[in-house]
Amino acid sequence: MKVAIVKYNAGNIYSVECAMRRIGVDAVVTDDKELLRSADKVIFPGVGEARTTMEYLREHKLDLLIKDLKQPVLGICIGMQLMCGHSEEGDVDCLGIFDVPVKRFVAPSAEFKVPHMGWNQLSQVDGLLIPKELESEFVYFVHSFYVPVNEHTIARTDYVNPFSSALRKDNFYATQFHAEKSGEAGEKILRNFMDL
Amino acid sequence: MLAKRIIPCLDVKDGKTVKGVNFVNFRDAGDPVELGRQYSLQGADELVYLDITASHEGRKTFTELVKQVAAQVNIPFTVGGGINALADVDRLLNAGADKVSINSSALRNPELISEISGNFGAQVCVVAVDAKYDDGEWVCYLNGGRISTTRKLFEWAKEAQERGAGEILFTSMSHDGVKTGYANEALAVLHETLNIPVIASGGAGAKEHFLDAFNVGKADAALAASVFHFGEIPVSELKTYLRDNGVCVR
Repeated sequence: MKVAIVKYNAGNIYSVECAMRRIGVDAVVTDDKELLRSADKVIFPGVGEARTTMEYLREHKLDLLIKDLKQPVLGICIGMQLMCGHSEEGDVDCLGIFDVPVKRFVAPSAEFKVPHMGWNQLSQVDGLLIPKELESEFVYFVHSFYVPVNEHTIARTDYVNPFSSALRKDNFYATQFHAEKSGEAGEKILRNFMDL
Repeated sequence: MLAKRIIPCLDVKDGKTVKGVNFVNFRDAGDPVELGRQYSLQGADELVYLDITASHEGRKTFTELVKQVAAQVNIPFTVGGGINALADVDRLLNAGADKVSINSSALRNPELISEISGNFGAQVCVVAVDAKYDDGEWVCYLNGGRISTTRKLFEWAKEAQERGAGEILFTSMSHDGVKTGYANEALAVLHETLNIPVIASGGAGAKEHFLDAFNVGKADAALAASVFHFGEIPVSELKTYLRDNGVCVR
Protein backbone atom coordinates (compact mmCIF):
# COMPACT_ATOMS: atom_id res chain seq x y z
CA MET A 1 0.00 0.00 0.00
CA LYS A 2 1.27 3.48 -0.91
CA VAL A 3 0.77 6.12 1.77
CA ALA A 4 1.59 9.77 1.14
CA ILE A 5 1.90 12.52 3.74
CA VAL A 6 1.30 16.02 2.37
CA LYS A 7 4.44 18.14 2.64
CA TYR A 8 3.73 21.84 3.25
CA ASN A 9 4.69 24.65 5.63
CA ALA A 10 3.31 23.10 8.81
CA GLY A 11 5.17 21.58 11.73
CA ASN A 12 5.14 18.10 13.25
CA ILE A 13 5.07 16.18 9.96
CA TYR A 14 8.07 14.11 11.02
CA SER A 15 6.07 12.90 14.07
CA VAL A 16 3.39 11.53 11.76
CA GLU A 17 6.04 9.83 9.64
CA CYS A 18 7.44 8.22 12.84
CA ALA A 19 3.97 7.09 13.94
CA MET A 20 3.38 5.44 10.58
CA ARG A 21 6.66 3.58 10.90
CA ARG A 22 5.65 2.40 14.39
CA ILE A 23 2.53 0.79 12.93
CA GLY A 24 4.59 -0.77 10.15
CA VAL A 25 3.69 1.61 7.33
CA ASP A 26 6.38 3.21 5.19
CA ALA A 27 4.89 6.56 4.19
CA VAL A 28 6.39 9.10 1.82
CA VAL A 29 6.36 12.81 2.70
CA THR A 30 5.79 14.69 -0.54
CA ASP A 31 4.28 17.65 -2.34
CA ASP A 32 4.59 15.89 -5.69
CA LYS A 33 1.12 16.03 -7.21
CA GLU A 34 1.36 12.73 -9.06
CA LEU A 35 2.56 10.89 -5.96
CA LEU A 36 -0.27 12.38 -3.92
CA ARG A 37 -2.92 11.57 -6.54
CA SER A 38 -1.74 8.00 -7.01
CA ALA A 39 -1.33 7.12 -3.32
CA ASP A 40 -3.76 4.63 -1.74
CA LYS A 41 -4.04 6.79 1.38
CA VAL A 42 -3.20 10.44 1.97
CA ILE A 43 -2.48 12.03 5.34
CA PHE A 44 -2.77 15.79 5.71
CA PRO A 45 -1.25 16.52 9.13
CA GLY A 46 0.37 19.48 10.79
CA VAL A 47 0.68 22.09 13.45
CA GLY A 48 0.47 25.67 12.27
CA GLU A 49 -1.53 28.82 11.73
CA ALA A 50 -4.53 28.75 9.38
CA ARG A 51 -3.84 31.80 7.21
CA THR A 52 -0.14 31.15 6.51
CA THR A 53 -0.69 27.46 5.80
CA MET A 54 -3.72 28.17 3.59
CA GLU A 55 -1.77 30.78 1.60
CA TYR A 56 1.02 28.25 1.08
CA LEU A 57 -1.43 25.59 -0.13
CA ARG A 58 -2.99 28.03 -2.63
CA GLU A 59 0.36 29.27 -3.88
CA HIS A 60 1.49 25.68 -4.51
CA LYS A 61 -1.90 24.65 -5.96
CA LEU A 62 -2.21 21.98 -3.31
CA ASP A 63 -5.63 23.34 -2.28
CA LEU A 64 -7.39 22.14 -5.44
CA LEU A 65 -5.44 18.89 -5.45
CA ILE A 66 -6.47 17.94 -1.90
CA LYS A 67 -10.15 18.75 -2.56
CA ASP A 68 -10.16 16.50 -5.62
CA LEU A 69 -8.58 13.44 -4.01
CA LYS A 70 -10.71 10.29 -4.33
CA GLN A 71 -8.84 7.91 -1.99
CA PRO A 72 -9.26 8.02 1.83
CA VAL A 73 -7.72 11.25 3.17
CA LEU A 74 -7.00 11.87 6.86
CA GLY A 75 -6.59 15.44 8.09
CA ILE A 76 -5.00 15.90 11.51
CA CYS A 77 -5.22 19.02 13.74
CA ILE A 78 -4.57 22.04 11.50
CA GLY A 79 -5.11 19.64 8.57
CA MET A 80 -8.66 19.07 9.79
CA GLN A 81 -9.28 22.79 10.30
CA LEU A 82 -7.95 23.59 6.83
CA MET A 83 -10.46 21.09 5.38
CA CYS A 84 -13.33 23.16 6.82
CA GLY A 85 -15.00 26.37 5.61
CA HIS A 86 -14.06 29.70 7.13
CA SER A 87 -11.54 29.85 10.02
CA GLU A 88 -11.55 32.55 12.67
CA GLU A 89 -7.80 32.01 12.91
CA GLY A 90 -6.44 34.66 10.54
CA ASP A 91 -10.01 35.20 9.21
CA VAL A 92 -9.36 32.96 6.21
CA ASP A 93 -11.41 30.81 3.82
CA CYS A 94 -10.16 27.22 3.88
CA LEU A 95 -10.70 24.22 1.57
CA GLY A 96 -14.43 23.89 2.23
CA ILE A 97 -14.53 20.08 2.12
CA PHE A 98 -16.54 20.20 5.35
CA ASP A 99 -18.88 23.17 5.03
CA VAL A 100 -18.52 24.15 8.67
CA PRO A 101 -16.74 27.03 10.43
CA VAL A 102 -13.64 26.94 12.66
CA LYS A 103 -14.12 28.99 15.81
CA ARG A 104 -11.89 30.29 18.59
CA PHE A 105 -12.27 28.88 22.11
CA VAL A 106 -13.51 31.54 24.50
CA ALA A 107 -12.69 30.51 28.07
CA PRO A 108 -15.58 31.36 30.41
CA SER A 109 -13.46 31.04 33.59
CA ALA A 110 -9.98 30.35 34.98
CA GLU A 111 -10.83 26.63 34.96
CA PHE A 112 -10.50 26.62 31.18
CA LYS A 113 -7.05 27.31 29.78
CA VAL A 114 -6.56 28.06 26.09
CA PRO A 115 -4.99 26.31 24.19
CA HIS A 116 -6.94 23.17 25.02
CA MET A 117 -3.85 21.10 25.73
CA GLY A 118 -3.61 17.54 26.95
CA TRP A 119 -5.59 14.32 27.04
CA ASN A 120 -9.37 14.47 26.69
CA GLN A 121 -12.10 11.93 25.98
CA LEU A 122 -13.91 10.87 22.83
CA SER A 123 -17.67 10.47 23.02
CA GLN A 124 -20.53 9.48 20.70
CA VAL A 125 -18.01 7.83 18.39
CA ASP A 126 -19.32 6.28 15.23
CA GLY A 127 -17.87 4.39 12.27
CA LEU A 128 -14.82 2.51 11.06
CA LEU A 129 -12.19 5.11 11.89
CA ILE A 130 -13.20 5.47 15.53
CA PRO A 131 -15.35 2.45 16.43
CA LYS A 132 -17.47 2.00 19.56
CA GLU A 133 -14.66 0.28 21.46
CA LEU A 134 -12.87 3.66 21.60
CA GLU A 135 -15.81 5.41 23.32
CA SER A 136 -14.49 7.40 26.34
CA GLU A 137 -10.87 6.80 25.28
CA PHE A 138 -8.40 9.64 25.96
CA VAL A 139 -6.53 11.19 23.03
CA TYR A 140 -4.07 14.09 22.85
CA PHE A 141 -5.18 17.60 21.86
CA VAL A 142 -3.35 20.89 21.36
CA HIS A 143 -5.48 23.62 19.79
CA SER A 144 -7.00 27.06 20.35
CA PHE A 145 -9.65 26.81 17.62
CA TYR A 146 -12.38 24.20 17.23
CA VAL A 147 -15.04 22.91 14.87
CA PRO A 148 -18.57 22.91 16.35
CA VAL A 149 -20.61 19.70 16.32
CA ASN A 150 -22.24 19.33 12.88
CA GLU A 151 -23.69 16.75 10.46
CA HIS A 152 -20.20 15.41 9.66
CA THR A 153 -19.17 14.85 13.30
CA ILE A 154 -18.10 11.26 14.01
CA ALA A 155 -16.65 11.86 17.50
CA ARG A 156 -17.10 14.65 19.98
CA THR A 157 -15.15 15.96 22.93
CA ASP A 158 -16.20 18.37 25.65
CA TYR A 159 -14.07 21.41 26.40
CA VAL A 160 -15.80 24.75 27.14
CA ASN A 161 -18.53 23.26 24.91
CA PRO A 162 -18.91 19.98 23.00
CA PHE A 163 -16.94 20.18 19.74
CA SER A 164 -16.03 17.90 16.83
CA SER A 165 -12.99 15.79 17.65
CA ALA A 166 -13.41 13.89 14.36
CA LEU A 167 -15.24 14.47 11.08
CA ARG A 168 -16.12 12.43 8.02
CA LYS A 169 -17.60 13.22 4.63
CA ASP A 170 -17.32 10.63 1.83
CA ASN A 171 -13.61 9.76 1.48
CA PHE A 172 -12.49 12.61 3.75
CA TYR A 173 -11.72 11.89 7.41
CA ALA A 174 -10.26 14.24 9.98
CA THR A 175 -9.27 14.32 13.64
CA GLN A 176 -8.72 17.40 15.77
CA PHE A 177 -6.52 15.38 18.13
CA HIS A 178 -3.04 14.15 17.34
CA ALA A 179 -3.57 10.46 16.63
CA GLU A 180 0.21 10.21 16.12
CA LYS A 181 0.79 11.28 19.74
CA SER A 182 -2.18 9.58 21.38
CA GLY A 183 -0.51 6.42 22.66
CA GLU A 184 -2.12 3.09 21.84
CA ALA A 185 -5.55 4.59 21.15
CA GLY A 186 -4.00 6.85 18.52
CA GLU A 187 -2.15 3.97 16.89
CA LYS A 188 -5.41 2.00 16.72
CA ILE A 189 -7.08 4.90 14.90
CA LEU A 190 -4.18 5.18 12.44
CA ARG A 191 -4.37 1.43 11.78
CA ASN A 192 -8.14 1.75 11.24
CA PHE A 193 -7.48 4.45 8.67
CA MET A 194 -5.00 2.15 6.90
CA ASP A 195 -7.69 -0.57 6.83
CA LEU A 196 -10.38 1.62 5.24
CA MET B 1 -13.05 15.95 30.77
CA LEU B 2 -9.49 17.18 30.32
CA ALA B 3 -7.18 14.88 32.27
CA LYS B 4 -4.51 15.99 34.73
CA ARG B 5 -1.14 15.02 33.28
CA ILE B 6 1.69 13.03 34.85
CA ILE B 7 5.07 13.89 33.34
CA PRO B 8 8.29 12.01 34.09
CA CYS B 9 11.32 14.22 33.56
CA LEU B 10 14.59 12.80 32.29
CA ASP B 11 17.83 14.74 32.72
CA VAL B 12 20.21 13.72 29.99
CA LYS B 13 23.99 14.10 29.99
CA ASP B 14 26.10 12.73 27.14
CA GLY B 15 23.18 10.56 26.02
CA LYS B 16 22.51 9.04 29.46
CA THR B 17 19.77 9.80 31.99
CA VAL B 18 20.81 11.32 35.28
CA LYS B 19 18.87 12.92 38.12
CA GLY B 20 20.08 15.61 40.45
CA VAL B 21 19.10 15.82 44.08
CA ASN B 22 18.88 19.53 44.85
CA PHE B 23 20.64 20.03 41.52
CA VAL B 24 23.89 18.26 42.56
CA ASN B 25 25.14 14.67 43.15
CA PHE B 26 23.96 12.88 40.04
CA ARG B 27 22.93 9.24 40.00
CA ASP B 28 22.64 7.25 36.80
CA ALA B 29 19.14 6.07 35.90
CA GLY B 30 19.48 4.45 32.51
CA ASP B 31 18.94 4.74 28.80
CA PRO B 32 16.72 7.75 27.98
CA VAL B 33 14.92 6.26 24.97
CA GLU B 34 14.11 2.96 26.65
CA LEU B 35 13.12 4.74 29.86
CA GLY B 36 10.78 7.02 27.87
CA ARG B 37 9.20 4.05 26.12
CA GLN B 38 8.67 2.28 29.44
CA TYR B 39 7.01 5.37 30.89
CA SER B 40 4.64 5.65 27.93
CA LEU B 41 3.70 1.98 28.40
CA GLN B 42 3.07 2.64 32.11
CA GLY B 43 0.65 5.43 31.21
CA ALA B 44 2.76 8.60 31.42
CA ASP B 45 0.99 11.44 29.60
CA GLU B 46 4.03 13.34 28.40
CA LEU B 47 7.78 13.30 28.82
CA VAL B 48 10.35 16.03 29.37
CA TYR B 49 13.96 15.54 28.31
CA LEU B 50 16.41 18.08 29.68
CA ASP B 51 19.84 18.27 28.10
CA ILE B 52 22.27 19.16 30.86
CA THR B 53 25.35 18.76 28.67
CA ALA B 54 27.26 21.98 28.11
CA SER B 55 29.48 20.98 25.18
CA HIS B 56 28.83 21.32 21.47
CA GLU B 57 29.40 17.57 21.00
CA GLY B 58 26.83 16.89 23.69
CA ARG B 59 24.25 18.98 21.81
CA LYS B 60 24.69 16.87 18.70
CA THR B 61 24.28 13.70 20.74
CA PHE B 62 21.12 15.14 22.25
CA THR B 63 19.60 15.99 18.85
CA GLU B 64 20.22 12.41 17.74
CA LEU B 65 18.57 11.22 20.93
CA VAL B 66 15.51 13.41 20.23
CA LYS B 67 15.15 11.71 16.84
CA GLN B 68 15.22 8.30 18.47
CA VAL B 69 12.64 9.33 21.07
CA ALA B 70 10.35 10.65 18.31
CA ALA B 71 10.69 7.34 16.47
CA GLN B 72 9.99 5.11 19.46
CA VAL B 73 7.67 6.98 21.82
CA ASN B 74 3.96 7.48 21.03
CA ILE B 75 3.18 10.31 23.47
CA PRO B 76 4.16 13.99 23.31
CA PHE B 77 7.52 15.13 24.64
CA THR B 78 9.20 18.40 25.49
CA VAL B 79 12.92 19.08 25.24
CA GLY B 80 14.94 21.68 27.08
CA GLY B 81 18.45 22.73 27.94
CA GLY B 82 20.77 24.97 25.97
CA ILE B 83 18.08 26.54 23.79
CA ASN B 84 19.24 30.09 23.14
CA ALA B 85 18.01 30.92 19.67
CA LEU B 86 15.29 30.17 17.13
CA ALA B 87 17.73 27.94 15.24
CA ASP B 88 17.96 25.64 18.29
CA VAL B 89 14.16 25.41 18.42
CA ASP B 90 13.95 24.70 14.71
CA ARG B 91 16.56 21.92 15.00
CA LEU B 92 14.80 20.22 17.92
CA LEU B 93 11.29 20.47 16.44
CA ASN B 94 12.61 19.05 13.18
CA ALA B 95 14.10 16.18 15.16
CA GLY B 96 10.57 15.39 16.35
CA ALA B 97 10.14 17.21 19.67
CA ASP B 98 6.61 18.51 20.30
CA LYS B 99 7.56 21.40 22.57
CA VAL B 100 10.67 23.17 23.76
CA SER B 101 11.32 24.40 27.26
CA ILE B 102 13.37 27.55 27.79
CA ASN B 103 14.61 28.77 31.15
CA SER B 104 17.74 30.93 31.63
CA SER B 105 17.70 32.07 28.00
CA ALA B 106 14.15 33.43 28.47
CA LEU B 107 15.17 35.38 31.58
CA ARG B 108 18.22 36.80 29.79
CA ASN B 109 16.31 37.52 26.59
CA PRO B 110 12.52 37.60 27.12
CA GLU B 111 12.07 38.44 23.43
CA LEU B 112 12.97 34.81 22.69
CA ILE B 113 9.54 33.74 24.03
CA SER B 114 7.75 36.00 21.54
CA GLU B 115 9.99 34.80 18.71
CA ILE B 116 9.36 31.11 19.41
CA SER B 117 5.65 31.64 19.88
CA GLY B 118 5.36 33.80 16.78
CA ASN B 119 7.28 31.37 14.59
CA PHE B 120 6.09 28.00 15.84
CA GLY B 121 2.95 28.71 17.89
CA ALA B 122 2.39 29.21 21.61
CA GLN B 123 1.78 25.50 22.18
CA VAL B 124 5.44 24.81 21.37
CA CYS B 125 6.82 27.25 23.95
CA VAL B 126 7.13 26.05 27.54
CA VAL B 127 8.73 28.59 29.85
CA ALA B 128 10.44 26.88 32.76
CA VAL B 129 11.01 28.89 35.92
CA ASP B 130 13.29 27.80 38.78
CA ALA B 131 12.38 29.80 41.87
CA LYS B 132 13.30 29.72 45.53
CA TYR B 133 11.28 31.07 48.45
CA ASP B 134 13.50 33.68 50.04
CA ASP B 135 12.52 36.34 52.61
CA GLY B 136 8.83 36.12 51.78
CA GLU B 137 9.31 36.20 48.02
CA TRP B 138 9.72 33.72 45.20
CA VAL B 139 12.98 34.66 43.49
CA CYS B 140 13.81 33.36 39.99
CA TYR B 141 17.17 31.69 39.40
CA LEU B 142 19.37 31.18 36.37
CA ASN B 143 21.68 28.39 35.22
CA GLY B 144 20.05 25.43 36.93
CA GLY B 145 19.58 27.32 40.16
CA ARG B 146 23.11 28.65 40.51
CA ILE B 147 22.56 32.39 39.93
CA SER B 148 19.83 34.47 41.55
CA THR B 149 18.05 37.25 39.69
CA THR B 150 15.92 40.25 40.62
CA ARG B 151 12.89 38.69 38.89
CA LYS B 152 9.99 37.36 40.97
CA LEU B 153 8.06 34.23 40.05
CA PHE B 154 4.52 35.58 39.64
CA GLU B 155 5.44 38.71 37.69
CA TRP B 156 7.80 36.79 35.45
CA ALA B 157 5.28 34.01 34.76
CA LYS B 158 2.67 36.63 33.83
CA GLU B 159 5.11 38.39 31.52
CA ALA B 160 6.05 35.06 29.92
CA GLN B 161 2.37 34.39 29.25
CA GLU B 162 1.90 37.83 27.73
CA ARG B 163 4.90 37.26 25.49
CA GLY B 164 3.36 34.07 24.17
CA ALA B 165 4.35 31.16 26.43
CA GLY B 166 2.04 28.18 26.02
CA GLU B 167 2.74 26.67 29.45
CA ILE B 168 4.65 27.48 32.62
CA LEU B 169 6.81 24.77 34.18
CA PHE B 170 7.45 25.93 37.74
CA THR B 171 10.16 24.19 39.74
CA SER B 172 10.37 25.10 43.39
CA MET B 173 14.04 24.93 44.34
CA SER B 174 12.92 25.05 47.97
CA HIS B 175 11.13 21.73 47.45
CA ASP B 176 13.19 20.03 44.74
CA GLY B 177 14.85 16.78 45.76
CA VAL B 178 13.58 16.83 49.35
CA LYS B 179 10.41 14.82 48.64
CA THR B 180 8.06 16.62 51.02
CA GLY B 181 5.50 17.71 48.42
CA TYR B 182 5.09 20.40 45.78
CA ALA B 183 4.94 24.17 46.44
CA ASN B 184 1.15 24.11 46.47
CA GLU B 185 0.49 27.65 47.69
CA ALA B 186 2.64 29.18 44.98
CA LEU B 187 1.06 26.84 42.40
CA ALA B 188 -2.42 27.99 43.39
CA VAL B 189 -1.37 31.62 42.96
CA LEU B 190 0.02 30.81 39.50
CA HIS B 191 -3.27 29.10 38.62
CA GLU B 192 -5.18 32.25 39.57
CA THR B 193 -2.71 34.59 37.86
CA LEU B 194 -2.41 32.80 34.53
CA ASN B 195 -4.71 31.49 31.82
CA ILE B 196 -2.20 29.02 30.39
CA PRO B 197 -1.52 25.57 31.90
CA VAL B 198 0.88 25.23 34.84
CA ILE B 199 3.15 22.21 35.36
CA ALA B 200 4.17 21.58 38.98
CA SER B 201 7.74 20.46 39.56
CA GLY B 202 9.97 19.83 42.53
CA GLY B 203 9.15 17.94 45.70
CA ALA B 204 7.30 14.75 44.75
CA GLY B 205 8.03 11.95 47.21
CA ALA B 206 4.67 10.23 47.69
CA LYS B 207 1.43 9.69 45.78
CA GLU B 208 -0.37 12.12 48.11
CA HIS B 209 1.93 14.89 46.89
CA PHE B 210 0.55 14.57 43.35
CA LEU B 211 -3.01 14.62 44.66
CA ASP B 212 -2.26 17.83 46.60
CA ALA B 213 -0.60 19.46 43.58
CA PHE B 214 -3.86 18.94 41.65
CA ASN B 215 -6.38 19.61 44.41
CA VAL B 216 -4.59 22.31 46.43
CA GLY B 217 -2.11 23.67 43.89
CA LYS B 218 -4.67 23.45 41.02
CA ALA B 219 -1.84 22.37 38.72
CA ASP B 220 -2.70 21.11 35.24
CA ALA B 221 0.19 18.65 35.23
CA ALA B 222 2.75 17.32 37.69
CA LEU B 223 6.33 16.52 36.80
CA ALA B 224 8.72 14.32 38.74
CA ALA B 225 11.94 12.42 38.15
CA SER B 226 13.57 10.29 40.82
CA VAL B 227 10.37 8.77 42.25
CA PHE B 228 9.70 7.39 38.78
CA HIS B 229 13.26 6.53 37.75
CA PHE B 230 13.97 4.45 40.82
CA GLY B 231 10.59 2.77 40.74
CA GLU B 232 9.47 4.26 44.07
CA ILE B 233 6.13 5.22 42.51
CA PRO B 234 5.18 3.36 39.31
CA VAL B 235 3.23 5.69 37.00
CA SER B 236 0.41 3.15 36.58
CA GLU B 237 -0.02 2.85 40.36
CA LEU B 238 -0.04 6.63 40.72
CA LYS B 239 -2.76 6.92 38.07
CA THR B 240 -4.93 4.38 39.86
CA TYR B 241 -4.46 6.19 43.16
CA LEU B 242 -5.38 9.56 41.63
CA ARG B 243 -8.43 8.09 39.87
CA ASP B 244 -9.60 6.49 43.14
CA ASN B 245 -9.30 9.91 44.75
CA GLY B 246 -11.48 11.66 42.19
CA VAL B 247 -8.84 13.16 39.90
CA CYS B 248 -9.52 12.87 36.17
CA VAL B 249 -6.56 11.00 34.70
CA ARG B 250 -6.07 9.02 31.54
